[in-house]
Amino acid sequence: MTSELVDFTLVSIALLGIGIYGLAVKRNFIRMLFAVEIIINAANLNLVAFGRFLPHAGGQTMALFSIAIAAAEVAVGLSLIIVAYRMYQNVDIADFRSLKG
Amino acid sequence: MADAVFLALTVITIGSAIAALELRSLIYGSIALMGTLGGIAGFFFLLDAPFVALFQLAVYVGSIAVLILFTVMLVKRELIFNKIEDKRRKFAGLGLMLLVMVSLGAVFLDSGIKTITTDEPASDFRDIGTDFVTYYWPALILMGLILAGSVTGALVLAKREDVENDQRAS
Repeated sequence: MTSELVDFTLVSIALLGIGIYGLAVKRNFIRMLFAVEIIINAANLNLVAFGRFLPHAGGQTMALFSIAIAAAEVAVGLSLIIVAYRMYQNVDIADFRSLKG
Repeated sequence: MADAVFLALTVITIGSAIAALELRSLIYGSIALMGTLGGIAGFFFLLDAPFVALFQLAVYVGSIAVLILFTVMLVKRELIFNKIEDKRRKFAGLGLMLLVMVSLGAVFLDSGIKTITTDEPASDFRDIGTDFVTYYWPALILMGLILAGSVTGALVLAKREDVENDQRAS
């Protein structure tokens, strides 16, 4: 294994930056969910990389927990998209204003 | 050899992450998101974590990406190809992205992370299984309950209340 810890960390930072860009710029609900997925995956990559290099089995265990929780989050997020689309016939978050005070 | 694999995986992962956010069609975007998730699984293989890699392939590429594809199919056709974004916020978002990348990258490169190397063997997946059922068993049960609760909540949320049962049957 010739790749070092810092390489994996830099890839993870790049993915985090792309995800933050997506969350800040996009107004499409589904695309924002893509961005959240990318950020979660960057975090998982960091967990596994640090767990490999320290070395400790806890990194992989935490990554497994994180993947499972992310699956639950996606299920709820997608059903929220379906409900919002049924109410507004749109996926633009600027239209979802019924909770706006 | 591993470096070439690493570079290829980096290009695949980051390129398809950009494509997932920037492609006009949401369907192609979600397929590109599959590329990102698969690339991350490849990184897990490189990090000697085959169990996490296969878990990632099964859960993310196998189920979540397909779930997203089905949700995209439920959305109207013109919304799939319509790119909704704030033009004014685009440059601010790019600036934010560069700020995060440069500042965090500088912090990490300046820290002692470059000196961390290991010659020890990777942790066995048997250790992970033992950890799951000994030290982490309350968290494992809690995770199962959270998964069950969230799936039930998702079903309740997505249920149509304006359709009667006889309408649904016809």
